[in-house]
Amino acid sequence: MDAEPLITEDFQICPDPEAGLVTLSGSLRLAGAEEYAPIAEILEATVTAHPEKITLDLRQLEFLNSSGINMLSKFILNRRQSPQTQVTILGSVEIPWQSRSLKNLQRLLPTLHLHIDE
Amino acid sequence: MQVFGDYQDQLTDGTEYLVLCFSPSARPLKERWRNNGLSAGFMADYMATFFTGDSRGIKSAVNFIANELLENAMKYYDYSTDIPITISLYLLSDKLVFRTTNAINRSYVQGYQDLIQVLLSGDPEELYFQQVEHNHAQPDLPQSGLGFLTMINDYQATLGWRFMPLLMQPQQVEVATMVQLPSGSL
Repeated sequence: MDAEPLITEDFQICPDPEAGLVTLSGSLRLAGAEEYAPIAEILEATVTAHPEKITLDLRQLEFLNSSGINMLSKFILNRRQSPQTQVTILGSVEIPWQSRSLKNLQRLLPTLHLHIDE
Repeated sequence: MQVFGDYQDQLTDGTEYLVLCFSPSARPLKERWRNNGLSAGFMADYMATFFTGDSRGIKSAVNFIANELLENAMKYYDYSTDIPITISLYLLSDKLVFRTTNAINRSYVQGYQDLIQVLLSGDPEELYFQQVEHNHAQPDLPQSGLGFLTMINDYQATLGWRFMPLLMQPQQVEVATMVQLPSGSL
């Protein structure tokens, strides 16, 4: 599988398939589902490699536009098909959009572990 | 002229405001997309200077809303015109008010107004989750449809629109979109 990080001037997507971890950082303002597809593929590939649990570390993700929220929401909804996968999302209270918007993901997947660091 | 939702023509008690104008035809959309982020970030930093104390909440909210408004304005703009896209941000005593103006093709007006009617008449939280499920079921949709709903649900914003015919350009209509963000939600 492709476990290469995706690094641009604006954002970094760093998968660690052995740990079932993807770290997203920077500002994600891509234009629609097509541009988010490479990131969605990294997330799905990491779950495939480590189906027991997946952790998305967003604690350095300063900005996410609504197309990015959509990408994350679709990833979470895909997990309904594989209830054996424990999904954890790490957020930070230091980044205000996360306290506002990450709770919506919890409603999509009630078993989601959402940890927002104080 | 047609108005939907909470749209105010006169913003009388605003003492501070910022307006940015873009000539949208100068470069292709894809090349300019990154400028939305630069503009939204600038507006956020600028507005934060008027607040004392921790300004992270204000910056974050202004950045998100301005970015979504600019993305919408750029995406639905009618590039056969040369009317500038504008985004304005007003600091009032009890709220921040964003307004974008952009020209769209007449053929988009009815569809857009239908969407606005749905946004204004339904329960925003239910609409949000319906839209997420819809996007999941239809993965090829180019747009998420979540921007306005996120503003309403997660930022307690109120929305309004004004559609104005352009006398000199009958094929286009100017859409002004207003987002009001109460200071108490920041």
